[in-house]
Amino acid sequence: MSDKKVTIEVDGRKLEATAGQMLIEVTDAAGIEVPRFCYHKKLSVAANCRMCLVEVEKAPKPLPACATPVMDGMVVHTRSPLAIQAQQGTMEFLLINHPLDCPICDQGGECELQDVSVGHGSADSRYVEVKRAVPKEDIGPLIETEMTRCIHCTRCVRFGAEIAGVRELGATGRGEHTRIGTYVGTTVTFEMSGNIIDLCPVGALTAKPSRYRARAWELTRADGIAPHDSVGSNIQLHLRRGEVIRVVPAENEAINETWISDRDRFSYQGLSATDRATQPLLRGSGGWRPIEWSDALTLAAEKLKAAGANTMALASPRATLEELYLLRELMAGLNAPSLDYRLGQGDFRAAPKAPGYGLAIADIEALDAALLVGSNLRKELPIINHRLRKAVRGGAGVMTLNPADYEFNYPLAESVVTAPAGLVDALAGIARAAGVEADGALGKRIGNAAPGDAARAIAARLKEAGRAWITLGALAESHPDFSLLQGLAGAIAGATGATLGFLPAAANSVGAALLGCVPGDGGLDAGAQLAQAAPARLLLDIEPAADLHDPSRAMRSLEQSDFVVALSAYASESLKAVADLILPMAAFSETAGHFVNGEGRVQGFRGCAQAPGEARPGWKILRVLGTLLELDGFDYESPEAVARAARAALDANGVDNAPGAVDDGASWNPRGLQRLGDVPLYRADALCRRADALQRTPEPAQAFACVNPRLARRLRAEEGEPMRVTQGDAVAEMPLRISTRVPDDTVWCPAAVDGAETLGPCMGDIKLEKA
Amino acid sequence: MNTLVNYVRSLFLLELFRGMGVTGRYLFRSKFTLEYPEERAPQSPRFRGLHAQRRYPNGEERCIACKLCEATCPALAITIEAAPREDGQRRTTRYDIDLFKCIFCGFCEESCPVDAIVESRIYEYHFENREDAVMTKNKLLALGDRYERQLAADRAAQAAYR
Repeated sequence: MSDKKVTIEVDGRKLEATAGQMLIEVTDAAGIEVPRFCYHKKLSVAANCRMCLVEVEKAPKPLPACATPVMDGMVVHTRSPLAIQAQQGTMEFLLINHPLDCPICDQGGECELQDVSVGHGSADSRYVEVKRAVPKEDIGPLIETEMTRCIHCTRCVRFGAEIAGVRELGATGRGEHTRIGTYVGTTVTFEMSGNIIDLCPVGALTAKPSRYRARAWELTRADGIAPHDSVGSNIQLHLRRGEVIRVVPAENEAINETWISDRDRFSYQGLSATDRATQPLLRGSGGWRPIEWSDALTLAAEKLKAAGANTMALASPRATLEELYLLRELMAGLNAPSLDYRLGQGDFRAAPKAPGYGLAIADIEALDAALLVGSNLRKELPIINHRLRKAVRGGAGVMTLNPADYEFNYPLAESVVTAPAGLVDALAGIARAAGVEADGALGKRIGNAAPGDAARAIAARLKEAGRAWITLGALAESHPDFSLLQGLAGAIAGATGATLGFLPAAANSVGAALLGCVPGDGGLDAGAQLAQAAPARLLLDIEPAADLHDPSRAMRSLEQSDFVVALSAYASESLKAVADLILPMAAFSETAGHFVNGEGRVQGFRGCAQAPGEARPGWKILRVLGTLLELDGFDYESPEAVARAARAALDANGVDNAPGAVDDGASWNPRGLQRLGDVPLYRADALCRRADALQRTPEPAQAFACVNPRLARRLRAEEGEPMRVTQGDAVAEMPLRISTRVPDDTVWCPAAVDGAETLGPCMGDIKLEKA
Repeated sequence: MNTLVNYVRSLFLLELFRGMGVTGRYLFRSKFTLEYPEERAPQSPRFRGLHAQRRYPNGEERCIACKLCEATCPALAITIEAAPREDGQRRTTRYDIDLFKCIFCGFCEESCPVDAIVESRIYEYHFENREDAVMTKNKLLALGDRYERQLAADRAAQAAYR
């Protein structure tokens, strides 16, 4: 597109435009309304609905504004008799086969077809013949279809082709017989497929979980920040009488554009889970009993005071900045240095200070090359994956080094798949090929490495690329040799001129790091804390059997601890098994707070939903605890005051990806099989684990052990056979699955799923045998 | 002069006799008074009395939970909760009309796309408890079932004007 400026006239107004722009872009920018159905600014132009016909002088017929490039001196009339006649004609044709069942349609009240028909259609209908009906199709637990309402704008089809990269929906038939569907009756599984609900201008695709629950005019809207990943997607919560009915994206070009992932869209269902903590619970001799808030807080303060500096605290990186700040201050007041937020990290020998993306989200699409180390990016951070996909469409090469052959929705330039323990050597190979010069533990490792063709190609591509990104994902973070991986990645970045990045998993990981929620002098990190008992423990928003790196060891350590105070939105079974006092906390959308996303952007949100029962915002609980402990600086009266203090306490340097110095070169050296325990898409946190609709998608929710056909033959086991999985003294039984995507000697056995609570570290040695 | 005329009129009680004349005339005419409850005034088919919910002849409730009545109600007297029924149809799980709030404007009936909520000819009712003033879905449907013949006839009589 050239930058040549042209001047056009629309409805008597002179407008500046860039040559090559489509007419509808210019009128949209100028605020002139042109009706449309098929045009969407993030999708290609199809010009098949014909609704945007406008009169262009010297053109023999009305032209579609979405597919007409502007030309200098063009004179356009959007409301001339000819344009109005054309629009009314189109509208009449569109309504011929539309069922007009608005009273029972969920889109009623916010329907583009309704709006456009009122604004640009004729007042009455001349059509008396029979209408067409299309049988509806079940495309999964998230999206409800009613294809009779479809007006064939093909936005959903283009979304699949252009955004998802997976053509899940298509159009079959011609003319009146056109049908949109999956054709073979499969489920739509793309992790951002919920966006077609927003794209659909009519009620053909609507949200299944909120089906028939509310009307558009009943809903109040509140802005929010998505709490499930470090992207910090901007969302809008739609509430009815204090209850979240649905979540839709809010536009932010710098972060999520106009999309959100299905996890952010449908996780709100977890807010009404049956195991929400609604009043303070105390474990007594006869089991759990509800107690008064004042008694609960006094008791907690008493126990924490008694333990003093020996108190240990684990904070969820999903907690708000305010909560983390007050927890940090509370621990500082107790002189207790053992505080950590890195619940999923597998190795604490060396780590960057405040790992983040290392570049702005919007810059990802301008990359020339990217190397993903230990990341199933599509399922970890769908929005980042979408940006990277845009980069690939622009010619970038994405390379991966992964412990399984994960599926990407774009072609990979290079892909190295190795068993989990082999990641270090594979990365060292790339370092050697890139000509890294290092000494010490890393140098030795690199010197011993033998780079293969793929490693050489990756190194060469990283060197050639103008803008390259090496980024370590969640699997690298939970790796027992994370310190080596980050050191090697840092060295490769240094040698190739690439940017080093990390993909923190949780909404506020970066915030927790910038606040310094890490062990102080003599303090214990998350791994060391859970290797021993403590006189008193504070858990902030943690579900022990799912959120922690080694659930079996963590449960044992927590059980042995004398007194465990848990601030939690859920009184989950695993929490009840280890805690002594549960303080009910307001969940996401019920409390105000701030998150710092992966690029270091601080974003705030307000509480809008009603917390159930006596649940209170976390910052209030911690404030009262601080006051009861007679600590200074806990006399906040509003969330704004805490927010100000918390933001002032943030490390001003922002994201700091400089790798920690590696002294210890020892690494995981498995003798038998290795476990690959990634956290599946919809098991990322307590909220989405309780979202019923998400759990009914094909994404893993139940434990299984997946091996490749070679290993299955060696075990003489068949698909679906029950297997006994052993990690040290942790044992679980689960069915076997067979997939060629898993490398040799590897058992893909996801973490945080039902049935994996009793297992050991998500990456470690594992034994597999027939049950 | 005027003062004199007025004086004479009041002196001879002319206004009183004129009034007594009217009274005397009506004393011997047939009476307007209705002996309620034995006698009833005639009602228009448009009469806006107590609400009822109608069913289709096959017994299926008409209401589809579109919530237009709730939206249009100027007194905010209607509360509706909806959810998919077992067979997947859109139905109300709760349909309450608070008669203390209701002003009997008839907008709910006018807005209903399926003639489900209607105002019947019933105007004689009482409450013994405050909560009785809330017409629930069951109460409304029961009224609809009971007076369906009259309700249907009234709608038919008015069809030409709607």
